[in-house]
Amino acid sequence: MSTINNEKTTVDPGTKTPAPRHAVRGGGRRRWLGLLLAVVALLVLASVPLWLSPYPVTMLSRILAFALLVVSVDLLTGYTGLPTLGQVAYFGAGAYAAGLTGIYLTTNAFVQMVVGTLVAAALALVTGIVAVRTKGFVFLMVTLAITELAHKQAEAMALTGGSNGLSGIPGISILPGGEPIALVGYLYWWVLFVFALGVALSVILVRSPMGRSMRGIRDGEERMRAIGRRTFMVKLVAFTFAGSLAGMAGTAWTAQARFVSPGDMAFALAAIALLSVVFGGAGTIWGPIVAAAIVILIRDEIGAIADGRGGMILGFVFVLAVFLLPRGIAGLSRRRAAAVGPTPIAGEGDEL
Amino acid sequence: MSEALLKLEGVSLHYGSLKAVDDVSFEVERGARHALIGPNGAGKSTLFSVIGGARKATAGTITFNGQDITAESESTRARAGLVRTFQHSSLFLNMSVLDNVALAVEGFEGRPWRFFPSPRADRKIRERTMEHLTNVGLADRAGELCGNLSHGERRQLEVGMVLACNPTMVLFDEPAAGMSAAETHRFMDLIESLPADVTVLIVEHDLDLVFRLAQSVSVLAAGRLIAHGSPAEVREDEAVKVAYLGESEGAEPLFYSGGSDVA
Repeated sequence: MSTINNEKTTVDPGTKTPAPRHAVRGGGRRRWLGLLLAVVALLVLASVPLWLSPYPVTMLSRILAFALLVVSVDLLTGYTGLPTLGQVAYFGAGAYAAGLTGIYLTTNAFVQMVVGTLVAAALALVTGIVAVRTKGFVFLMVTLAITELAHKQAEAMALTGGSNGLSGIPGISILPGGEPIALVGYLYWWVLFVFALGVALSVILVRSPMGRSMRGIRDGEERMRAIGRRTFMVKLVAFTFAGSLAGMAGTAWTAQARFVSPGDMAFALAAIALLSVVFGGAGTIWGPIVAAAIVILIRDEIGAIADGRGGMILGFVFVLAVFLLPRGIAGLSRRRAAAVGPTPIAGEGDEL
Repeated sequence: MSEALLKLEGVSLHYGSLKAVDDVSFEVERGARHALIGPNGAGKSTLFSVIGGARKATAGTITFNGQDITAESESTRARAGLVRTFQHSSLFLNMSVLDNVALAVEGFEGRPWRFFPSPRADRKIRERTMEHLTNVGLADRAGELCGNLSHGERRQLEVGMVLACNPTMVLFDEPAAGMSAAETHRFMDLIESLPADVTVLIVEHDLDLVFRLAQSVSVLAAGRLIAHGSPAEVREDEAVKVAYLGESEGAEPLFYSGGSDVA
């Protein structure tokens, strides 16, 4: 193959590029910094039950389960370019599956997590075959339809307790044959474990060749086909992975609430999950997690203080966020560039 | 030359009564620099997408490398070595230059489905990617966001991506559209420096460019093939003159530089 002589480009002064940013060099240090921050955050989160009272700890459990759902939305919306309202269907499927496993099979938390995740994965695979043939608004509408169908189905079935929801779920146990966990702190640690596992898997995914393919779909699906990629398969795999992750979040939800209702797979939840991704910064992992926490705090805590006007305050926050944070919370960080920049093979520090 | 690399036999694309491409047959020899030209609305771009696989022919057969690819998808054709480029640079703008080429490299030489970490595999892909970037003179831009590249650099990247697909044949869709004269020259150098065994089919509106690059030319007008031959033969062809100059006034000039074609 012949080598083309590389004279530095001098054309197009209008689009003259800025000085190459530290993109390839110095990536290693940032990567370690990101890892360090993640470990510190995890340690702080793990220590929470030691110095907070049970109520805020329960609150935090809910936030973590919701945040994992938001990460699953982000994998599709932010990384693959498929804005979705469907993840709550798989979240709900995972939640119900874990609850039913708890009632009829075993209280073991690991088994419940695996069953819930697999049920959600199967559902995502089957529905994904239809959904990923579309894109943009049509995809958004198809995923909304999935959510509505799942919601109606949960309300109609006797197995899931109909519109009353699934109650009487026994507490989870960690060790085989062990005692059910009653203490909020231990429950929280289990939810934190599921959350950390899910986020770690997501970070590994988005930094892998598969993650690069997902971003390729987001940036130019047509081009992906032209370089010989089966885009349908990439989207289906991403959809199934995101669905499994949502299911995993659902099992964590059941573990801490011990109750599942059709409302846990409703449009309202799908909407705030999608908005959390936009608010946090689509295409980063940590931004939507922070946004998820803020959203739940406003909806449940500040809402309670402000006579149930949490939804209204949330609305204002979203409107302000659109104007003030066009790239979401993650856009506040200079390192945003790395989120869309070179990933694993550059040895580059993507953010967590 | 024995067997032609690309063979079109009676290829048509009809939308109801509209014959966008009508009964087109021609062959492109292995290693050729072949051009497909025609006035606006001749069906060049449509035929291009039929060859590339973005649209399916309603009649006729396309044979590539001895295999019937008429019904194959775009990505299957690309993996078989028939790789297309885009009229308007269509790169992954929010990804790094390195990632752009890595996507192509991975699809052909790596494991694109890998989702677990593997530093060794990463290093291999990175090395191959950097080779391709060095070949098109973008090695020092590897970490740059693709969206920050100049128009000319994007074209270089485009070629780097195409070559990363190990093509037997490359389809160029109006590569000079929207380029400055200097950029066009550099781009022509780039095409001329492609490995000799890579066959090139170029759809182009800029006839000066075509006559400089191509060894053989097919001329399309109103969806039909009206001439086929060397640039010199085509230039003298009466039917071509009529098609380009028309019989009415105000028609397009034969030698036309720049401008873009939406046909």
